[in-house]
Amino acid sequence: MTDEAGLLGIYRTAVRINRADEKLRGLLTSGELAVSYYSPRGQEVVAAGMMSRLRAEDYLVTTYRGIHDQIAKGIPLEPLFAELFGRVDGTCKGKGGPMHVTQPETGVMVTTGVVGSGLPIAVGLGLAAQVRGQDRVTVVCFGDGASNIGAFHEALNMAALWRLPVVFLCQNNRYAESTRYSDGTTVERIAQRAASYGIPGVTVDGNNAGEMAEAASQAVARARAGEGPTLLEAMTYRFMGHYFGDAGAYMDADEFVAAQAADPVPALRKELLRAGISTEEELTALENEEQAAVDSAAAFAKASALPGVDELRRDVYREEVVA
Amino acid sequence: MSPQSRISLQQACNQALDEAMAADESVILLGEDIGDREGGGTFKVTSGLSTKYGTSRVRTTPISEQAIVGSAVGAAIAGLRPVAEIMLMNFVTVAMDQLVNHAAKLRFMSGGQTHVPLTVRTATGAGGGFGGQHSDMLEAWLAHVPGLTVVVPSSPAEAKGLLLSCVFDDDPCVFVENNQMYWDKGPAPEPGLRIPLRKAHVARAGTDVSVITYGRPVGQVLALAEQLAGDGISVEVVDLRTVSPLDSRTVLESVAKTRRAVIVHEAVGQFGVGAEVSARIGEELGGELHSPVIRVTSANTPVPFSPTLEKAYLYQIGDVETAIRKVAS
Ligand SMILES: Cc1ncc(C[n+]2csc(CCOP(=O)(O)OP(=O)(O)O)c2C)c(N)n1
Ligand SMILES: [Mg+2]
Repeated sequence: MTDEAGLLGIYRTAVRINRADEKLRGLLTSGELAVSYYSPRGQEVVAAGMMSRLRAEDYLVTTYRGIHDQIAKGIPLEPLFAELFGRVDGTCKGKGGPMHVTQPETGVMVTTGVVGSGLPIAVGLGLAAQVRGQDRVTVVCFGDGASNIGAFHEALNMAALWRLPVVFLCQNNRYAESTRYSDGTTVERIAQRAASYGIPGVTVDGNNAGEMAEAASQAVARARAGEGPTLLEAMTYRFMGHYFGDAGAYMDADEFVAAQAADPVPALRKELLRAGISTEEELTALENEEQAAVDSAAAFAKASALPGVDELRRDVYREEVVA
Repeated sequence: MSPQSRISLQQACNQALDEAMAADESVILLGEDIGDREGGGTFKVTSGLSTKYGTSRVRTTPISEQAIVGSAVGAAIAGLRPVAEIMLMNFVTVAMDQLVNHAAKLRFMSGGQTHVPLTVRTATGAGGGFGGQHSDMLEAWLAHVPGLTVVVPSSPAEAKGLLLSCVFDDDPCVFVENNQMYWDKGPAPEPGLRIPLRKAHVARAGTDVSVITYGRPVGQVLALAEQLAGDGISVEVVDLRTVSPLDSRTVLESVAKTRRAVIVHEAVGQFGVGAEVSARIGEELGGELHSPVIRVTSANTPVPFSPTLEKAYLYQIGDVETAIRKVAS
């Protein structure tokens, strides 16, 4: 069971994600930031719950819709925001941008913009840990839509075959761009597909912090013990359309309203109060702290310099590219 | 090893992998059928290695090209030096996403925080009657992508030295073995010899015409150059070794001297390596050339099956001779 400190920690992370996302959407609206942005709004608790079960040295691979995963894994807000602004103080010196945030020191090894491509890479991270006899775990996040691409199947099969320490976390937000889940997928649950590879497939309410953390704990423990991969499907919902600016006109209105009413971040807050884990004052203080951290990260990013053009020819190969 | 000992290309690649695995525990092998239980690889290049180094380091994989290359990318960013075998070069197309979008770019997109010390070995070549999907030289596809290093060896000794360098390079390399050359023997190199990557090699010095080539045609062009020397034509042969990034300097130094260039490769001509080499010569030395650059390549068609057609498809060494004589006249 997730203890009180665990739930409170998940709430803090979820608030950080939530406020960071809100800030970024504000900056996009005002025009201070101009990037392709895929909001994780509605999926905060999935990431916060999952990553709360990991160690710093565990690996994460995620996608363009990945800022919640990156924050939850521990990337500090300042270099994260600076990367989104394309600044030299960004995690990747501004050379990756929002779709390619990387920070090995917090275990964030790859963020990919190609649907499904992270899964085979995660298999390789797990393979490296196994070959070296390390008990490091790799988590790879992807969407419901990604489970229809070939790489998903190749990766699950290979990870199952070699019993690799990988947790495949499908964040099922019911849509792949503008295509509804049931218009792209015939199985009722993505987790059912685990049966094809002889590994556990678990579906949880990813928006319930306790359930999410518990399922994550089990998958991580299994991986760490050398028992192999798990396909973990976290049911969640995408509140902000596919990309920033997408009004989501194709989304089912009733479903949308119901999902908003069950907003996972306020729901967790209510639960912390109900269970007597925290007081109103404590939570307000926590929220103010996270808001302040987000505001200062945004200020930091805006003040950071743009990279010099000499960066263009660096990091293509180990040796700088000659003109 | 005595200096006169001879080895095949297949043996050379096997020895390079063996030496690399013995030297560094972080070298692992992945690929279809590569373990000894499966026969040591389609062309037996990994023969004996799973027995010697174990099946943790030498892993026979499912038929999953995306997962083979993708997992090799992941293992590489975690600090291993994986060598992935893609049975035939046409199957590299199935793994292009991992090569083009990930292997090639992770160093750059991460701002240098990660890098991908990965080698993809693959085999191909026309002339064996394998038809349209098992024979293509697709090196130009990969050469077009900054971040990849594409190597095409021209002899057993070259293959051994270049493959060792690929394995120990810190960036992703694609190493193309011509399966029509696997069983032909050539002089063995000194044990441990490594040949530098991204550097072309003047395989024969000459003064009248530069022939720029790589891979299988190199040996044939060297023999032709000996023959033409008897006719008073001095041919310089530049073996690119690494196709991309291209060592322009060595090419341009040669052509600046001879002022005549013929480019030869097995891949089809259109949008190929020869086009790039020719463009660089034109841009730098256009006004100084005594004759336009000529490319001799295979035909701009799929590789056909019937032997008469396959022979007609392949670059013709007779055309190389004609081209040399033409530019030299
Ligand atoms: C290989 C590939 N095909 C198509 C796209 C375009 N695309 C970007 S996101 C997306 C939808 C993915 O949906 P899902 O996996 O459910 O993730 P979500 O966006 O819901 O988090 C598509 C089709 C892509 N980036 N990569
Ligand atoms: Mg989705």
